[in-house]
Amino acid sequence: MDGSRRKFLKLAGLTALGAAGASSIKATASSGAAADHDAPSTDGVRLAMVIDLRKFAKNDALVERCIEACHRTHNVPDFGDDEKNAIKWIWADDFETAFHSQEFHFIREDLKGKPTLLLCNHCDNPPCTRVCPTQATWRRESDGIVMMDWHRCIGCRYCVVACPYGSRSFNYMDPRRILDDPTIDYPTRMRGVVEKCTFCEERLARGLQPACVEVCTNDEIVFGDINDPHSKVREILTERMAIRRKPGLGTRPEVYYIIDDPRTLQEVAPAAVVEVTEEGGHA
Amino acid sequence: MYDAGKIIVGIVVFLVLATSPLWFNAMTAEGPDVPELKSPPNGATECVEARDTMRKNHIDLLDRWRDDVVRLGRRDYVSATTGKVYDMSLSRTCMDCHSNKTEFCDACHNFMVVDPYCWDCHVEPKEAN
Repeated sequence: MDGSRRKFLKLAGLTALGAAGASSIKATASSGAAADHDAPSTDGVRLAMVIDLRKFAKNDALVERCIEACHRTHNVPDFGDDEKNAIKWIWADDFETAFHSQEFHFIREDLKGKPTLLLCNHCDNPPCTRVCPTQATWRRESDGIVMMDWHRCIGCRYCVVACPYGSRSFNYMDPRRILDDPTIDYPTRMRGVVEKCTFCEERLARGLQPACVEVCTNDEIVFGDINDPHSKVREILTERMAIRRKPGLGTRPEVYYIIDDPRTLQEVAPAAVVEVTEEGGHA
Repeated sequence: MYDAGKIIVGIVVFLVLATSPLWFNAMTAEGPDVPELKSPPNGATECVEARDTMRKNHIDLLDRWRDDVVRLGRRDYVSATTGKVYDMSLSRTCMDCHSNKTEFCDACHNFMVVDPYCWDCHVEPKEAN
């Protein structure tokens, strides 16, 4: 009797161990296979933004103009140097800080310390939406925008902690105290609510481009459907060298930064650039 | 019963005194100052739905608009009364006609002692002082 119980327990233990081992091996194998870099991020329309840092490097004033346009359009209060209360939808930091995970050593002179526009990356795999207890923020299936419903936000700030890019701000104070002349076209927020960039979804609904894109005159920022093979964003990404912020975290951000310069390439290797010109006409 | 006369007279006096505000109002006052709404200054004569519906259920309509716009991304509202299409927007559509928040929204809300928090975030049109 004792002997058979012992045998049974041994067998059960081994079976459980085997099952656990098999499933973990399977999981490891599938995560390895997921790294298909040319696969579309998601089905249907997927809005993405491409910021050309070479063009911005020559035009620091444009950075300020983009920030100003966005914050005026969306009634974002300006708290000046008050870092604690600051509300940021789009803001600038120097290039090395923005991309510190790249561990640049001797950095190219034209990018060194350059103000780089930062905003919500509208990730394909957003960590902020998963922690929201009230579904006040979610990833919109129709175009991938990470939306916010300020009616529902209870100000728990889980999303602020979850976002690895610092894209979310909390209203510690009533923003109306700072905003002298809010625009009627867009609501302000109230005290105790988190806010962030929404890719100007209210402007997109009216057929307009995002506010920061609109002030750009020379394609410094390009916006569009990355799943459409003929879209401008897609064309640029297939021809130029683009990086994303903290890609190792697996959030799959949808804001891309162009860091190369076709003219520099032309000087170094003219033949290679001729090829690019023939294919896409974008050299 | 001792002093029945005094007690009954006392009760009657008490009842008359206790209910005197009601009598007084019934005889003198012409009722509460029910707010009167003015027609929209831009001359509009019809709302997105019938007047009675709007008077009773505007909060339900606004609630639905909010969810449609923010959560479902739908912005066009087809009126059940006229079939016309409206942009579901408090600041744009509603306030386009009812442009005076103090006279339109606040007049009734104050009378009914309700305090909706729409305007904590949404921006009302500027009013001429």
